[in-house]
Amino acid sequence: MPDLGKYADAVLSSYALSLLLIFALVGWAVVRSRKARAALEETEQRIKNRG
Amino acid sequence: MSIWQYANPKKFMETTGPLLPWIGAASLTCIVTGLVWGFFFTPDDYRQGSTVKIIYLHVPSALMAINAWFMMLVASLIWLIRRHHVSALAAKAAAPVGATMTVIALITGAIWGQPMWGTWWAWDPRLTSFLVLFLFYLGYMALWGAIENDDTAADLTSILCLVGSVFAVLSRYAVNFWNQGLHQGASLSLDKEENVSDVFYYPLLVSIGGFILLFVFLVFLGTHTEIRARRTRALLARERMS
Repeated sequence: MPDLGKYADAVLSSYALSLLLIFALVGWAVVRSRKARAALEETEQRIKNRG
Repeated sequence: MSIWQYANPKKFMETTGPLLPWIGAASLTCIVTGLVWGFFFTPDDYRQGSTVKIIYLHVPSALMAINAWFMMLVASLIWLIRRHHVSALAAKAAAPVGATMTVIALITGAIWGQPMWGTWWAWDPRLTSFLVLFLFYLGYMALWGAIENDDTAADLTSILCLVGSVFAVLSRYAVNFWNQGLHQGASLSLDKEENVSDVFYYPLLVSIGGFILLFVFLVFLGTHTEIRARRTRALLARERMS
């Protein structure tokens, strides 16, 4: 760990908040993608079964 | 072979789907490399001290915040002129990514500004235009969510995107337009005298590359999601009518 001196709080909080937001964005996008895929597959299957 | 063949949702998904894991992996590699290199293996700046390490997050996110809006502008123009649904959906998918990048740029800028400028915030031209750009992102997403008809939503959000582009341009060039405010000039410049020192420049470039790839990854993934959601809505509507 580098010596960040008196600005350690500023640097570390910048990294923590930014990475948190990036992880949240990627997680949200992946979950939404899976839900949309599942919803489409379920709808197509239902229509197919009904003929 | 024409670029417009990718306006076909099926063709778009077939082409970009297999690329997604590769773009995601490349993005992760570049971001981790850029941030680890910048955080652990670069020296402190003689004036800014260790706060210079914030540059590896602030500059790439600010760059993407502005360029995401320009990408949305191009996609919106394609929708308005050629009525290709994929372009409207790609613009819609880019908005949350751009908004998040704007928040990261604003937060990291404020955290950096407090020890360097002595204030978290100033009504400086660049900071203010960035805040307005963020509000445009929120308005753009709210408009998409508020209108049920996809085509009408795409029309109105495209117009909003054209209007908001003024602030995207202002965000980019505010420091050149007004010789006032706290924000310094661009960190990256073709002029070697103005550019950041090489020791900070190369990890910054890697980090920027990672953010660009992350943006592409998230826009492709989000466009796939929107195409599937649109197809589901169309099937459900057809089902209700039959």
